[in-house]
Amino acid sequence: MEKFTTLRSRAIPLDIENVDTDQIIPARFLKATDREGFGNNVFRDWRYHKDGTLNTNFVLNDSKYSGKILVAGDNFGCGSSREHAAWAITDFGFKVVVSSFFADIFKGNALNNGLLPVQVSPIFLSDLMQEIVSNPQTELMVDLEKQTISVKDSELSEDFEIDAYKKTCMINGYDDIDYLINNKEQIEAFEAQKIY
Amino acid sequence: MSKTLFDKVWDSHVVSTIENGPQILYIDKHLIHEVTSPQAFNELEDRGIPVFRPNQIVATADHNTPTLNQDQPIKDALSRNQLEQLSENCKKNNITLYQLGHKYNGIVHVMAPELGVTQPGLTMVCGDSHTSTHGAFGAIAFGIGTSQVAQVFASQCLLLTKPKSLRVTVNGKLKNGVLPKDVILYIISKLGTNSGTGYFCEYAGNVFEDMSMEGRMTVCNMSIEMGARGGMIAPDETTFEYVKGREFAPKGEAFEKKVAYWKTLPTDDDAKFDKEYSFDAEDIEPMITYGTNPGMGIKISESIPVDENPSFKKSLAYMNFEAGESLINKPINFVFIGSCTNSRIEDFRVAADYIKGKKKAVNVTAWLVPGSKQVEAQIIEEGLKTIFDDAGFELRQPGCSACLAMNDDKIPQGEYCVSTSNRNFEGRQGQGSRTILASPLVAAATAVEGKIIDISKQLN
Repeated sequence: MEKFTTLRSRAIPLDIENVDTDQIIPARFLKATDREGFGNNVFRDWRYHKDGTLNTNFVLNDSKYSGKILVAGDNFGCGSSREHAAWAITDFGFKVVVSSFFADIFKGNALNNGLLPVQVSPIFLSDLMQEIVSNPQTELMVDLEKQTISVKDSELSEDFEIDAYKKTCMINGYDDIDYLINNKEQIEAFEAQKIY
Repeated sequence: MSKTLFDKVWDSHVVSTIENGPQILYIDKHLIHEVTSPQAFNELEDRGIPVFRPNQIVATADHNTPTLNQDQPIKDALSRNQLEQLSENCKKNNITLYQLGHKYNGIVHVMAPELGVTQPGLTMVCGDSHTSTHGAFGAIAFGIGTSQVAQVFASQCLLLTKPKSLRVTVNGKLKNGVLPKDVILYIISKLGTNSGTGYFCEYAGNVFEDMSMEGRMTVCNMSIEMGARGGMIAPDETTFEYVKGREFAPKGEAFEKKVAYWKTLPTDDDAKFDKEYSFDAEDIEPMITYGTNPGMGIKISESIPVDENPSFKKSLAYMNFEAGESLINKPINFVFIGSCTNSRIEDFRVAADYIKGKKKAVNVTAWLVPGSKQVEAQIIEEGLKTIFDDAGFELRQPGCSACLAMNDDKIPQGEYCVSTSNRNFEGRQGQGSRTILASPLVAAATAVEGKIIDISKQLN
């Protein structure tokens, strides 16, 4: 897994609540057997009309905005457990998703793929959205070590929470498999004396 | 200390705890399918890690399978490749696979309980968010991502932080025509799509105690639609009776020993939950959704609420509905009865009971997709197929089908589908399709009438 420490980048505002994983990557693109290339189809049915033409009203197609940070509405990533959603977002180039609330499975999948979910307060999220919309050049700083997200040249800043273990994994690029395999003996001992 | 059902099962599966971090949780049963497993197998192979406990894994093909002509080669090259990979991966790693056409094949959350793989007190995972279904047996069951599928392959464990506990209690007598699907759609409409996030939910009260296992599975299945990773119902005689005698259930004395243990699992009387809700059964009516998430549900007799939230308005615009309008008499051209929520024999009995002696409306395409080969066989054996055939409904072969439309079973652009599935997200049943979630009874009535009707009025 790629390491993550800090990121300075512009951001793309996706001001929609309850973005589900079917929107992030529609089911018809889940037929692949590898992890690559899902970025081409991220938010496919919002980025493109059914006839294949670009939907210029969709924020990802708006040339004013760019950056490696996606700022999204409340309850981001609800629905299906498909990790393809995290793969699609990272493959498109995002390193951070900011929202006031994340669905559990998506959050776990993001962390397992070096994509940092930054959960902020609803007020901060709304201020942040406004800031980016009024000035698309706005730069954000995300510091995982300090657990802060801030807007450059502004007072706007907030601390965020992250599980201490997951933080260590992200900073060092470790994944859970390494940890679990190193504990095989303990797992085997558990199996030998299961109580149920 | 007093414990909840969830505590008891969770605590008995903790291998160890990382200081200030997650716990290593042992997983008893791992269910896999063709869509979310290939990348996990690849990862293990790339890292030279063997599958640790292949005999605790059960595989089926369901998400990406056709529901017609299953005996013939699959036309779509990508789908065919995905199924071939599943077969190869299972063969290489000595994993039992019930592939397309096998008498035990079916939707993972239908076939595993049928075979007795699902049992009280177990921990179960699958790369599918509706794994919560198996909680109906008093198991801890939840959906995982593909990286976690690889972790379970490698170690039969996951690193997890224990979720908080939530209890939803429903007591009272359900009205005529109110099915388990209505109960869960009602709960989600009241609590919203993220009220359960970070929690494991226990359903308690006489309404769930009185339900069949099929009904309990429908309820637990949709726990994820309110954000809860899993839902559970205390195991009781109904549970034991269902499990008894099934292919992989313990037999004879071993079964009795298990039952004695399972009886210790229900939540202690004075156990505390982090959050509690309770509802009266009498308040629940046949439900229907009008928006693009499962929390956007109303009683059929009600009108769509008015809300100025932009995401709410966007949702209604997608559905082409107006705030304040009733859905009664809306013409509907597609009806789907199936999915891991409602494709068990009881669901088809309810539908057949209503349909018997009636005809499908001419404007409606009505797909009935059984959850498994065993359900399909039972539909034929019980004579339900004849009822469906006579009424003009199309009984297809098992699979996930139009619930997520990965195969050819897609609802056309702009069309409404009254569906017994679990998600009404934009384009879920095909690009531009509009999903209205409902019970098998409401779906059957819609197919007969060609429009949405107030089923409770008709029944009374």
